[in-house]
Amino acid sequence: MQRIKTFLIAVALTAAAAPAYAAGGHALTYKFEPDSNNIQSAQRGARNFMNYCSGCHSMKHLRYGRLGQDLGIPEDLLKANLMFTSDKPGDHIVSSMPKEEAAKWFGQTPPDLTVETRMRGADWVYNFLMTFYVDSAKHSGVNNLTLPGASMPHVLMDLQGVQVKVEEKAEGHGEEGHGGGHHAGPKFELVQPGKLSPEEYKKFVTDTVNFMHYAAEPGRNARIALGYKVILFLLLFTILAYLMKKEWWKDVH
Amino acid sequence: MAIVPNPYKTTGFLGWIDDRFPLTKLWKDHLSEYYAPKNFNFWYYFGSLALLVLVNQLLTGIWLVMHYKPDAAVAWDSVEYIMRDVPYGNILRYLHSTGASAFFVVVFLHMYRGLLYGSYRKPRELVWLFGALIFLVLMAEAFCGYVLPWGNMSYWGANVIINLFGTIPVIGPDLVVWIQGDYFPSDATLGRLFSLHVIFLPFVLVALVVAHLIALHEVGSNNPDGVEIKKHKDPKTGIPLDGIAFHPYYTVKDVVGVGVFLIIFLGIVFFAPDGGGWLLEKPNFTPANPLATPEHITPAWYFGSFYAMLRATPSIAGSALPGVIVMFGGVAVLFLVPWLDRSPVKSIRYKGKLSKIALALFTIAFVLLSYYGMQPPSPAGTLISQIGTIVYFAFFFLMPFYTKLEKTKPEPERVTHAAH
Repeated sequence: MQRIKTFLIAVALTAAAAPAYAAGGHALTYKFEPDSNNIQSAQRGARNFMNYCSGCHSMKHLRYGRLGQDLGIPEDLLKANLMFTSDKPGDHIVSSMPKEEAAKWFGQTPPDLTVETRMRGADWVYNFLMTFYVDSAKHSGVNNLTLPGASMPHVLMDLQGVQVKVEEKAEGHGEEGHGGGHHAGPKFELVQPGKLSPEEYKKFVTDTVNFMHYAAEPGRNARIALGYKVILFLLLFTILAYLMKKEWWKDVH
Repeated sequence: MAIVPNPYKTTGFLGWIDDRFPLTKLWKDHLSEYYAPKNFNFWYYFGSLALLVLVNQLLTGIWLVMHYKPDAAVAWDSVEYIMRDVPYGNILRYLHSTGASAFFVVVFLHMYRGLLYGSYRKPRELVWLFGALIFLVLMAEAFCGYVLPWGNMSYWGANVIINLFGTIPVIGPDLVVWIQGDYFPSDATLGRLFSLHVIFLPFVLVALVVAHLIALHEVGSNNPDGVEIKKHKDPKTGIPLDGIAFHPYYTVKDVVGVGVFLIIFLGIVFFAPDGGGWLLEKPNFTPANPLATPEHITPAWYFGSFYAMLRATPSIAGSALPGVIVMFGGVAVLFLVPWLDRSPVKSIRYKGKLSKIALALFTIAFVLLSYYGMQPPSPAGTLISQIGTIVYFAFFFLMPFYTKLEKTKPEPERVTHAAH
């Protein structure tokens, strides 16, 4: 046992020491953790997505019917409020935007968003929707801090309002510039309020990302629920197996 | 020696079988009368666990193939179809994808056990060689499987690995085209990797596992003391005094190991199948795109150590051939181990200081290489990888010297075992 412990400690120490060299990556402005248990939030998010995103972005691996089933939306409500491109619940959520023209309009075809939160991370998507700011150099009039040079216009500007990026002050540079990790304050200033208050907008984006997080793996909640049962069974199984082993090994001297 | 049908003279239905097929004989030879040393410790769980993971991969693989489409145009979509429309499809897929990583964890620990206790020493050289072949085939199998979802990391990973063959002088470039069936990874490549992954390589893998076990049961298992239990047999029964029947003693013990393993393994499958991006990488959630290279092309974590060796080796005249040689050498050197160890004792318990230091440095080097193989290139990472590569090879090539030079402790006559 002593040897195993020494070995494990050695491995743990090397593993712990290694990442110190490789810190970095892209720091996101806002922290965000998706909530897969908040069905109401995902329902509102579905509404937001269908109304504001699905005009351009498809979710071609998700079926309307599955969405309704998982999020507890009855078929009549689903058809009336969320299904704009089809009337068959078995259909996938595809955008009605023509692909080639879209590429001409925006510079690229708006990507399918079914597994976007798994590719980028839910926190990335949240940050993307929060960090549009005015940039007159850009064709669309806005740029994005999370995805600089994004070809997507700020579709939600109407709701969020217009925000400008606050440049870091030169005198503050020495104190907060290089230490890293600590952001002194907001990087944005709202110069023209939108239809929603900043708090309401945050909630709007949270709902939308929670929905996208659901859509990225509709089976997630069922998987986790099954997981608890499986682990509980295995704990009991392992205890019994251990007792059985002890009983048999009584003869081994 | 002629084959005697039904040597145990069984009767009834079993007797009918035994007259025609050595069922009772196989059962006794490999389980109920296969005598294994009684002092197996923690490290001895990983052989049976490797078998368990193999069965998991075969079974989940069979069901995945029922729904997966090996066609570059729809392969990625078919994986999402499995994730969404196939009942329990997401769990099937996670069992298989997490199983691949579990396979390597278990096999690495299993091989490490061999290094610790000298399980490759005479008369177990072939057991080790079959094992090393299994490891090689497993790496090929994992690579092919990694490409099948046809995500962007699959695509670029395939691109990097297949192009390694392009560094071979003269025939390299043609060889790459021959392997890919095209000038870049494409539908033709996917088709052949699929075929290798689901038919050829599993077939070879299972055959090698059988050979590994037959060879093991012929010579008997080694143990943490590295002493032969067959030297001391009960004069009446001929059973080794320190041996216990594999069944029931080690079957019931291994079942406990299976329970603990499954709690960890299924814990990951059900609660963290992405493994924080280490088991399922983020760039693979976008379909293969020959025009968009991922920011950092990294291999799966279990190839990290060998990939680090590749990157750490400087190119000569613009050719990465030296790196490719070093990388494959990292696997090839395993085949020499039985003849590199010249120690009078097998187990690390009785080897001298030099062997212990060498093994400790090797362990640290392997962990660091695995880590830096996954990181984007950096000067510090390259330096550490270079030192790690040297330590990795020095462990093997200096083995004939340090195992001979050092002072060893006397081996015990019988295995050390405290009843518990």
